[in-house]
Amino acid sequence: MATNNDSPITMDTFLAGIWRENPVFVMLLGMCPVLAVTNSVSNALAMGLATTFVLLCSSALVAMLRRHIPKEVRIASYIIIIATFVTVVDYVIQAVSLEVYNALGAFIQLIVVNCMILGRAEAFASRNRVGTTLVNSLGMGLGFTLALLCLGSVRELLGAGTLLGFPVFGEAFEPWVIMLLPPGGFFVLGAWLLLFAWVKEMQMKRTAHAGEASAHAR
Amino acid sequence: MHAESLGYIFLNAAVINNFVLALFLGICPLLGVSGRLNTAFSMGLATAFVMLISSTAAWGLNALLTAYDLEFLRLIAYIAVIASAVQLVEMTIKKFSPPLYKALGIFLPLITTNCAILGVALFQTNYEYDFLQSVVYSLGAGAGFILAIVLMAGLRERLELADVPSIARGAAMSLMLAGILSLAFMGFAGLGG
Repeated sequence: MATNNDSPITMDTFLAGIWRENPVFVMLLGMCPVLAVTNSVSNALAMGLATTFVLLCSSALVAMLRRHIPKEVRIASYIIIIATFVTVVDYVIQAVSLEVYNALGAFIQLIVVNCMILGRAEAFASRNRVGTTLVNSLGMGLGFTLALLCLGSVRELLGAGTLLGFPVFGEAFEPWVIMLLPPGGFFVLGAWLLLFAWVKEMQMKRTAHAGEASAHAR
Repeated sequence: MHAESLGYIFLNAAVINNFVLALFLGICPLLGVSGRLNTAFSMGLATAFVMLISSTAAWGLNALLTAYDLEFLRLIAYIAVIASAVQLVEMTIKKFSPPLYKALGIFLPLITTNCAILGVALFQTNYEYDFLQSVVYSLGAGAGFILAIVLMAGLRERLELADVPSIARGAAMSLMLAGILSLAFMGFAGLGG
């Protein structure tokens, strides 16, 4: 089994997933559900919470069993663990709200192949204690949900003129239907990535300028 | 059992509801492996092949699980079948064509986590396709995947010569490209209906 670098729980363990290592905007993991179910805020929220639940449970179990899973079959074992929890979520959603279940369709079952969850199991849960893993996974899950909400709200606002089903713009608003259709998903995610790249570049320029200024002052 | 003709099922999976550009399945390889045209094509072929094997196996498994009232095991059984199919393809390619094995490298085992493959298996179960329909459906999905990834790779190769603003390089540009491709594929809606 991998080395055991039991890092202490810090605020950073939690925050890493939300901003610096955001699974969607920074690491580009788990793109399929991100694009497919974000045509409304409520769908995005349901998907985000379902994924967070699976992520939390599976990474906790992987962390608990990390000393017992042989290295050669670890990927297969992780997938089976994840598939078990996805089956649970699938049946729970079906029981709680048939409406949400029909809206999300096969994408609930496709959480199994969300690379973010397998990535967490392999890169973090298999090397850390249960507590640390839980905190980190919660951050990652919330980061994922946040990203889904970012996309879902923009697409619902532009594509239907509503937010969570309530009309935002007046009667005169002509819905921009293309945003609800598949191309809209690609365009909105592309636009968010452009925005983040731009912010990052501005920050780098500013630090570079500050560095130059202090060099001159000396 | 659906009354759809086999030709329509193929066309539907390949272009009208293209797996990558309309259903958003298999975005990761689309963004990851579409840098070079020939690698993209080999990747597409390997994926299509795994799709065919796993969908055939999934059809048999589903019949077996339904017969014994074990539907809740479906997801776990499918993913296990896909993982072993990928292993099989990997061993076959390694034995018969070592150069291709080297060219595909890490992407070969990663086919396991390609949602398009699990997607084919799940959708054909939802639509209640019979054996022949399932095979045609998976062939269509494979063809659609190859089409999308090859188109994407061709566009990206041309773009390398273009002068792109520094913030748009990489993923953002690829997503915009995919959006335009997806817009183009919407033109197929209603075809064969």
